[in-house]
Amino acid sequence: MTKNLRVKTSKFIDETYKISFKFNGTTYYGYKGDTLASALLANDIHLVGRSFKYHRPRGIMTAGSEEPNAIIQLHSNSSRTEPNVRATEIEIYEGLEASSQNCWPSVNFDLGGVNNFLSPLLPAGFYYKTFMWPASFWEKYEYFIRKSAGLGKSPTEPDPDIYEHRYIHCDVLVVGAGISGIMAAKTAAKNGFKTLLVDEKSYLGGSTIYQDSEQFKINNQILNSWLEKEINEIKKFENLEVKTRTSVAAFHGYNFLLARENLTDHLSIDQRTNKTRQRLLKIRAKKVITATGALERPLIFDNNDRPGILLSSAIEKYANLFGVACGEKNVLFTNNDSAYETAISLYQKGINIEAIIDNREEIDSKLIKEAEKNNIKIYKGFTVVNTFGYKRINKISIMQLSKDGQKVVGSKISIACDCLGISGGWTPAVHLFTQSGGKLKFRDEDQVFIPNIYPSDQISIGSCNGDFTLDEIISSVPNKLKEFLNVKKTDYENLEIYSAFNKSKRNIWLLPSDKVIGKTKSFVDYQNDATAKDIKLALREGFRSIEHVKRYTTTGMGTDQGKLGNMHALGIISETAGSKMGELGTTTFRPPYTPLTFGTIVGRNVGEYFDIFRKTPIHDWHVKNKAEFENVGQWKRAWYYPKDGENMHEAVQRESKAARDSAGILDASTLGKIDIQGTDASEFLNRVYTNSWSKLAIGKCRYGLMLNEDGMVYDDGVTTRLGENHYIMTTTTGGAANVLGKLEDYLQTEWPELDVYLTSVTDHYATVSVCGPNSKKIVSQVIPELDFSDESFPHMSFKNAKIDKIKCRVMRISFTGEHSYEINVQANYGKSVWEKCMEAGKEFNITPYGTETMHLLRAEKGFIIVGQDTDATMTPIDLQMDWIVSKKKYDFIGKRSLYRSDTIRDDRKQLVGLLTENPEEVLEEGAQIIADIKKSPVEMLGHVTSSYYSPNLKKSIALGVVKGGKNMMGQKLIIPMENKQINVTVADPVFLDKENKRLNA
Amino acid sequence: MFVINCPYCGEREQSEFKAGGEAHIVRPKQPTELSDDQWAEYLFMRKNIKGIQFERWVHTHGCRKWFNVIRDTSNDVIKAVYKMGEKPPTK
Ligand SMILES: [Zn+2]
Repeated sequence: MTKNLRVKTSKFIDETYKISFKFNGTTYYGYKGDTLASALLANDIHLVGRSFKYHRPRGIMTAGSEEPNAIIQLHSNSSRTEPNVRATEIEIYEGLEASSQNCWPSVNFDLGGVNNFLSPLLPAGFYYKTFMWPASFWEKYEYFIRKSAGLGKSPTEPDPDIYEHRYIHCDVLVVGAGISGIMAAKTAAKNGFKTLLVDEKSYLGGSTIYQDSEQFKINNQILNSWLEKEINEIKKFENLEVKTRTSVAAFHGYNFLLARENLTDHLSIDQRTNKTRQRLLKIRAKKVITATGALERPLIFDNNDRPGILLSSAIEKYANLFGVACGEKNVLFTNNDSAYETAISLYQKGINIEAIIDNREEIDSKLIKEAEKNNIKIYKGFTVVNTFGYKRINKISIMQLSKDGQKVVGSKISIACDCLGISGGWTPAVHLFTQSGGKLKFRDEDQVFIPNIYPSDQISIGSCNGDFTLDEIISSVPNKLKEFLNVKKTDYENLEIYSAFNKSKRNIWLLPSDKVIGKTKSFVDYQNDATAKDIKLALREGFRSIEHVKRYTTTGMGTDQGKLGNMHALGIISETAGSKMGELGTTTFRPPYTPLTFGTIVGRNVGEYFDIFRKTPIHDWHVKNKAEFENVGQWKRAWYYPKDGENMHEAVQRESKAARDSAGILDASTLGKIDIQGTDASEFLNRVYTNSWSKLAIGKCRYGLMLNEDGMVYDDGVTTRLGENHYIMTTTTGGAANVLGKLEDYLQTEWPELDVYLTSVTDHYATVSVCGPNSKKIVSQVIPELDFSDESFPHMSFKNAKIDKIKCRVMRISFTGEHSYEINVQANYGKSVWEKCMEAGKEFNITPYGTETMHLLRAEKGFIIVGQDTDATMTPIDLQMDWIVSKKKYDFIGKRSLYRSDTIRDDRKQLVGLLTENPEEVLEEGAQIIADIKKSPVEMLGHVTSSYYSPNLKKSIALGVVKGGKNMMGQKLIIPMENKQINVTVADPVFLDKENKRLNA
Repeated sequence: MFVINCPYCGEREQSEFKAGGEAHIVRPKQPTELSDDQWAEYLFMRKNIKGIQFERWVHTHGCRKWFNVIRDTSNDVIKAVYKMGEKPPTK
């Protein structure tokens, strides 16, 4: 049924290597070297998808990464399936499966095609205008929009492929390996620069490498053979690295570029095993040479989107590179000489050309003469006014253009065809240049934007710089290279050039039609179905800025970012609004140049490598003893230790009770530890904590509260004076790094005169905390030679000791309100000390407890947790911790802010205790607190910050922040929940042992 | 991502550094003598210039030193770096 349109052997195609693949369920054959697009075209398949809005049948339009239509779903399995793959880029491999994506139920019968007939009802901004109202209907609209439009399917299972990231540093990066890029890479390499040359294609040489016509020559050699020799030469340089299938996605400031290197996408699935699929290259180049070429422009006329309509240069590439004819009855429509290049290529390969429609009237070049010599019919001064054929073009009608090009005159001529090549001239691929911050200028003579101001050490050369023709390239590139690389000569001077090409062009952004504009469908953005009519409508409705028109009409907002039609959109705006193109500016091109997979972006940072996590030296013991873990900052902390099928609540209740009744043990190694030394250490602490440190004796510990300069609580912890000029500070687990950073900041920038040295020792010590009425008995067994009597070793003091021969620091400090000891030992002995305590505590039923029990125990005592009971809007006064703020000290960080007009307000949110009317009812943390449910709107007074059921008090307890809470003691408040109200009474935040008797029990 | 020339270590990737806001804002020596407005001026008010801006940066994943940077915020070009306590270069 299908025809074979393979017309000529090509050296880029290996016809001995046949490959089978499936498209929309049917099996086809192609050859090694084919892209999916070239293989489909060889099988005479043009219809590959449906357009986004109108669901019009669409075919392959280009032969490169700028493809707007032929975007397909690759792979059928649920872990590898990938949407939005350009059929023009993917190389076929054995077993490839692809399907059209924007159609339902099938590409040949698409229900959404009805939108095409409804299109008068679907103007620009239709979605904005219609689906915005009423808002409650959105869910219903969304269902239908997604079902009938969606751009492909995401995989539903984890990606099984391997991706990685790599850094590359080079002297010169050359982006694009066309004729200009090859010249640049060779010149750089020859002059000793460490050079990297990348190209998105699988081969080097760009479009020149398949230029086999007699119409272009260098030194009397046909272009492709001249360039092949150059390519063979560059391969000899050891200081030149070449990467093909590598697409630069982003060009950032300071010559930092991201590129995606495709390593296995062209291999059959079984050849990919254990190989890295794609690599994200992070390139830092001293100099960047952009040689990204140019993209051919389409022409904008009625029904310019039918399958079978391709860019003229794409038809040439399919013929020259892949040996494929895109049709049997070809017509070309052009405003410049490029289409003649295509025509001559096709003619040479025996591919039939019905006619060339040229909108220029007076034309004369060697190329055109060559075409005429070959009896190709040329309609000069004509334009295509319409095309026919629903799923494949079968006919065009053309009319003569008026002298000014504004209207059509005379009568229509019909020409039958099955393929129409269009050529509207060339647009420099300036995407990367503008991403890097470069500024463009508009060149009026041929209506192109070209690089003007470079923001970093870079140049654009060749056609991406607006030097399109062979003569222009050879005359400009060598000089530019000499200047940019500061070298004396290149290999490209005094070359003898022959080019049959003439630069003349007749640029008409929107070609005239015999119909009124409202009746035409002249597509500007193929992927998003934006037409010239839509752009004119947007202008009529008052949009002026190009960025606004873009968003309103969605022009340039597809996955191709409007690579083909953006210039025409600008042109139509400029003509309609009467403004100058150069003044209009362009829309912003954003990275990535072509879409990247998520796999490439994340690289190896998946699963357990997604984020780093930190383990304490005692971690293995917790794992062995079935602890559940919680994340605290980057730490994995033991959360609770469920026993015999206990749930979390049951485990926490048991652990909490054991800690107060006999003994508990906690791994506190994650607390931040900062070693502070220097003759000004005491003065430094005076400045960073709210309380006074001058009189703290050696061997004593003190709790400190640290504020931000705005007076808000920042961190807290116990600091111990180890010697005259030596302290060890502890911080919260999550705050350690920030506290160190803040202290260093003050030391270096505000108080450089202080003699103080800070060292983070968090990872160097393990901390084992033993608490409860039997804690003393346990630690005395572990460290028998130490005097643990209350007289010698009172609460808030410290002793150096030895366990066997291992030095340790023992602090008698408490975060639970119980008599307790913290043993700090060099990290690698942590687990052994923990095990010794467990052994010694056996007879007292020593119970390991996790962070949840720790939080419960401290809440019973009303101790705050910074970050849970505070949120950077709480002063110490708000926390009812006035006692820790020194009145005597002249200054400390945050002091002045404690009496700003805002911080002294009575109605600030303040920390209070909350007791529920029903002692069994436990509040939800985060629940709102109100006083009067009838008031409208209900006034929110605050929220619950900590809430637990206390097994020791046998009732529910909570902490919360309440506006003016300090003066509301005993007052009744309400916690409104979804289906009930909970009555609470404001209480003292210290629920247990206000007299601190247990500390010495 | 720019490259910053740490005055202690040399050129390093931006990801090794952390920005610390406007430079040359000195903490008042006698905060208690200041009115609310004067204190608020020190505490909250920062310039956000399009163009040449004086900034503090710290080499967090390096020498951990703070230093000053003169950066053009419109194009991220760094004009100069200099140590804490030094005067900005005049040119
Ligand atoms: Zn440094």
